[in-house]
Amino acid sequence: MPDREISKEVVIINELGLHARAAAMIAILARNAKTRVWILKDDESADASSIIDILTLACAKGSKIRLKIDDPSDLGILNDIVQLVEDGFGE
Amino acid sequence: MANRDAEETKLRGIAASPGICIGRAYLVDQEGVDVVSKYSVMESNLRDEIKRFKTAVKNAKDELRSIIENTPEELHPHANILETHLVLFEDKMLYDRTIETIEKEKVNAEWAFKKVVSGVKSMFQNIKNSYLKERAEDIIHVSQRIMRKLVGVEAVNIGDIDKRVILVAHDLSPADASQIKTDKIMGLVTERGGRASHTGIIARALEIPAVMGLDHATKLIKNDDLIIVDGSTGIVITRPAEQTLADYGGRQIRYREYQTAVSRDSHLLAETTDGFIVPVMGNIELSDEAASVVEHGGDGIGLYRTEFQYLSGARFPKESELFEKYKRVVEMMAPKPVTIRTLDINGDKAVNGFFDDAENNPALGLRAIRYCLKNPDVFKTQLRAILRAAVFGNVRIMFPMISSCEEVREAKRLLNEAADSLAEEGETFRRDIKIGIMVEVPSAVVMADLLAEEVDFFSIGTNDLIQYLLAIDRDNTDVSHLFQPLNPAIIRMMKHVCDVGGEKGVQVFMCGEMAGEPLYIPLLLGLGINELSMNPQSIPAVKSTIRVLSAKDAGRFAEDVLRRPSASEVMKLLRNEYGDILSDKVYTE
Repeated sequence: MPDREISKEVVIINELGLHARAAAMIAILARNAKTRVWILKDDESADASSIIDILTLACAKGSKIRLKIDDPSDLGILNDIVQLVEDGFGE
Repeated sequence: MANRDAEETKLRGIAASPGICIGRAYLVDQEGVDVVSKYSVMESNLRDEIKRFKTAVKNAKDELRSIIENTPEELHPHANILETHLVLFEDKMLYDRTIETIEKEKVNAEWAFKKVVSGVKSMFQNIKNSYLKERAEDIIHVSQRIMRKLVGVEAVNIGDIDKRVILVAHDLSPADASQIKTDKIMGLVTERGGRASHTGIIARALEIPAVMGLDHATKLIKNDDLIIVDGSTGIVITRPAEQTLADYGGRQIRYREYQTAVSRDSHLLAETTDGFIVPVMGNIELSDEAASVVEHGGDGIGLYRTEFQYLSGARFPKESELFEKYKRVVEMMAPKPVTIRTLDINGDKAVNGFFDDAENNPALGLRAIRYCLKNPDVFKTQLRAILRAAVFGNVRIMFPMISSCEEVREAKRLLNEAADSLAEEGETFRRDIKIGIMVEVPSAVVMADLLAEEVDFFSIGTNDLIQYLLAIDRDNTDVSHLFQPLNPAIIRMMKHVCDVGGEKGVQVFMCGEMAGEPLYIPLLLGLGINELSMNPQSIPAVKSTIRVLSAKDAGRFAEDVLRRPSASEVMKLLRNEYGDILSDKVYTE
């Protein structure tokens, strides 16, 4: 466990929510992380490198999610994912 | 065996793509891999077992990759989802968990994988949002491909089928459908899906007959059975008797000959014997289908459904993407008209789940113009694209599901705002386009006189009008036989709209399936419909029907029809009056 939690909150802005293609884009980024990248929504968490895990969070448009990393060296990846979500996955 | 041969059976599904084919059934068996046995694996062999699993995943992934590469050009827009499938193969929840299960439980890879997949499936069952819930289908398609590699069942690669067959399947995945070669696959029968499903759209694009939504098709039809598929009526006949075969064989030949014969002058206008010209237009869903309208001699496009771009990707299209597609169609058809129907998202396409949790009654819910008025940004993006495309030819805009005057006024106000914003930005666009509405909700028929003040044309959408007026969901196989286009109540509604149109100088079009059926043409002509729009394939037959009719006689006939109390009596009258003329044109009952 890291000394302090590194996380960022983002809102899903794209019309269709966190759908399969968007989840795939996140998973591809997260698979490059040194350790885990987590997506937290309400009380649930999903491993960001798994499309399936992301999809089961069922994030509709307007959902607030928190992205969390276990290792500070993954900060770049965290920021890339935040950027992706804030850009509405380029949609 | 003898009595088995005698049992001819008629099955009824959803008519998804027109035409008749007779041939051997080819069962695409996807259930076979569901039965896997469990056995223990010795500690020393676990590594090999894991390797076997990894190899299966790799092979499955390679197979899908080559399917994507070999997808024919015209089907590329349908193949996007397959790219996402590629990323799923090595998803932790499938891949890592299976390996863990093999190690921990010391079981064979098939069993471990099956266990993991069913765990994933049950996770999806708890999701309320119906769009996301349906993503379970993607996982099922991917896992079936892996399982087939694992079990060593030769995957049915539809692209490899080397004899002429009729495919019979529980469901066809997007990957399967994209591999169909028309010189081998004569037709399709599936248990799932419908006209608007992915596979239905592909079948029509390829012009092969298809019957979908036929429950238990894969149980009722055996591999290599001789079957008849009538994609125009949704009927499939198994173990046909000699006489039936001869009958359908005849129909099939007549249909083909007729299609060829009428195609020769289908590019000419259709004029009745007494000099009344009826434009015959095509309905399209994909921009590529405009070519099919031109090929079949259409006088324009009477219904351009615009939902596909909103459904095929996992996101809403941008204005520029919409504009590019519309422009292509408008340019291809110019100077002939292209009637663009604004977004009609509905329950049939299960898209409501994109926005909210499933509605109880999607057909009566937030769809079409209601959705657009509630989401003006989404709507205006489309309106802007339409106004910009209008520069390149003859565009008409049509609002769907209108049920009140306020809705039309509000839609027109947003159209004006879209035009103003384009003007401000200095974009090139056209403002002076014809505006019309779909008349498909009974309240629009009742209010037709006042709605006429707001628009340039009405277009009667028979499919929805029949559904709403008769309270029949025709995709519900239990009641779909009650979906009667000739129900006197429907005919009276159409008559009222035509009369109002005549009085107010508003053109009345028809773009439902009824317009594409030669049998109904005398009635539609007699009621005073000004323009017909249909599946491109039906254009030649309808044009040739119009040419043998007299508008005056048809008018008298319609008067007579209006006095009949039931659909069957209307049909009887139709056959009495026009049976001779239509006999060679009506290839199905």
